[in-house]
Amino acid sequence: MHYIPHTKQDVESMLAAIGAKSEDEIFKGIPSELRRKNELNLPEPETEWKIMDRMKDLASDMTPSSDHMVFMGAGSYYHNIPSVVPYLVSRSEFTTAYTPYQPEVSQGTLQAIYEYQTLTSRLLGMDLANASMYDGASALAEALLMSLRVKKKMKKVAVSMAVNPQYRKVVETYFAPTEFEIVYLPYDENGKTDLSKIKDEEGFAGVAVQSPNFFGVVEDNEEVSKFCKEKKSLFISCFSEAFAFGLYKPAGLYDADIVCGEGQSMGIPQSFGGPGLGMFAAKSKYMRSMPGRLCGQTLDKDGNRGFVLTISTREQHIRREKATSNICSNQGLCATTSAVFMSCLGKNGLKAVSKLNYDKAVYLKNSLTELGFEEKFSGSPIFNEFVLKAPSGFDEVWNKLCEKGIVAGLPLGKEYSELEGCYLFCATEASRKDNMDELLKLIKNGGELNA
Amino acid sequence: MKEINELVLPEDLKYTDQHEWAGAGEVVAVGVTDYAQDQLGDIVFVELPEVGDTFDKGDECATLESVKAVSEMYSPVSGEVVEVNEELEDEPGLINQDSYTKGWIFKIKVSDAGELDSLMDKAAYLEMLEGSK
Repeated sequence: MHYIPHTKQDVESMLAAIGAKSEDEIFKGIPSELRRKNELNLPEPETEWKIMDRMKDLASDMTPSSDHMVFMGAGSYYHNIPSVVPYLVSRSEFTTAYTPYQPEVSQGTLQAIYEYQTLTSRLLGMDLANASMYDGASALAEALLMSLRVKKKMKKVAVSMAVNPQYRKVVETYFAPTEFEIVYLPYDENGKTDLSKIKDEEGFAGVAVQSPNFFGVVEDNEEVSKFCKEKKSLFISCFSEAFAFGLYKPAGLYDADIVCGEGQSMGIPQSFGGPGLGMFAAKSKYMRSMPGRLCGQTLDKDGNRGFVLTISTREQHIRREKATSNICSNQGLCATTSAVFMSCLGKNGLKAVSKLNYDKAVYLKNSLTELGFEEKFSGSPIFNEFVLKAPSGFDEVWNKLCEKGIVAGLPLGKEYSELEGCYLFCATEASRKDNMDELLKLIKNGGELNA
Repeated sequence: MKEINELVLPEDLKYTDQHEWAGAGEVVAVGVTDYAQDQLGDIVFVELPEVGDTFDKGDECATLESVKAVSEMYSPVSGEVVEVNEELEDEPGLINQDSYTKGWIFKIKVSDAGELDSLMDKAAYLEMLEGSK
């Protein structure tokens, strides 16, 4: 992408063409009280090398996972990304934040998004996926709103407390201006969602459960699915770690109505927490209630295969206030990235890497329990995250390790007061055994290398 | 697009200014007019109401999606839905083929017969269409 500013001559010829005397004249339709009077408060121009220095200073403040030992996931995961992924995706043809409207100039981008949709539907075991949403949190919020569109007469939804707390906050923001009610479902002693709270209640448009949930526990999707059928609610399954579906059956195979979540694990760097990738898939009978864009495959007048945006009539730019959603864009480049990543791995690669995640997580969990940590939800199936109750005094060790660039899990007390002293750990295929052993040794020695 | 004199407008039906039609009786079939289907173009999806839904006159009661646009249908009269044309779910194009017979949308038990009387007859509807030209 090039940034080519207009020259003075460019500006003058454009003004002449429209018959305006000055740039100010173009903006005269905007009331003067809405227009900025003073100049922007910007620093003076600097040399390129000085700006590079400044940027390096800023960057050195950050903590990239690759330079540290991070045993924390909680919604953002450190995975290996094969070099071919950034190589292909950095092709300038893909570099656009814009969803392509015009099939006549966007066949490549449209096909990439179409492939992404196909791969995502297969990963999640669903009929169809949209062209992506902003992130896992906005995907869940849109899924809940969609359930209310499908079940028009119902005015409330149920959301598990074992759903990522940040997702729940985004859902609350989406729901704040609406008349709809959110009912939270507690989790039980196994770290799984306890549906019994609403067993005698009807009228939930959707029931949202995350699996693996925020505690890393794989939920009992079969039971949730059955419960939703009885209640005539849509079963909304969300996720923050898409790699889990290389090992565990995705909720689509348990007849979920909507499966949505965060696709960052599929080839997108953690990048300071974003941008992410909202994966969103549904049963085909709900196609017209889905938020966001859909790419479709069609034939042109000569019978050649081509790609277009399809069923746009439900969208904001055509349907205005009656649109299914106000999301009219997607994470084009992140979706393309994950399509390339998923194609690189293939079905067998995904399974192999998922198994590595699981094996390393189990190794870390077993080793930590030997050091006096206790499994909080023992017996529940996990993928690459798990909750441990730490031995007393670990909070000090945790701080010492942090100073050494080691993140020994996420303390859960802040989001779940009843889990004070519990930590959410994560190991992925990228967690090296020597690093895990170093962590274990440090914890054994109270955070010091030589005790 | 059809010219006004090409439109099919049965004599025995009542019409609304939103281009719906309604039959006669206590339970009446309702749908959209030939003019509406012609303006919409190929209809690809119909979102039907459910049996048991109750509407006031003018309430949104169904959604028609064509290749060009999505439009609401408004209930011509107040009442309770007693039957819907489920064939439209698989074959929404029936509305384009014949919006009065195969393309009926739902049947409604009229709660106020006076509302039905107040709708336009063919002549008044035609006059409105000519005026809007």
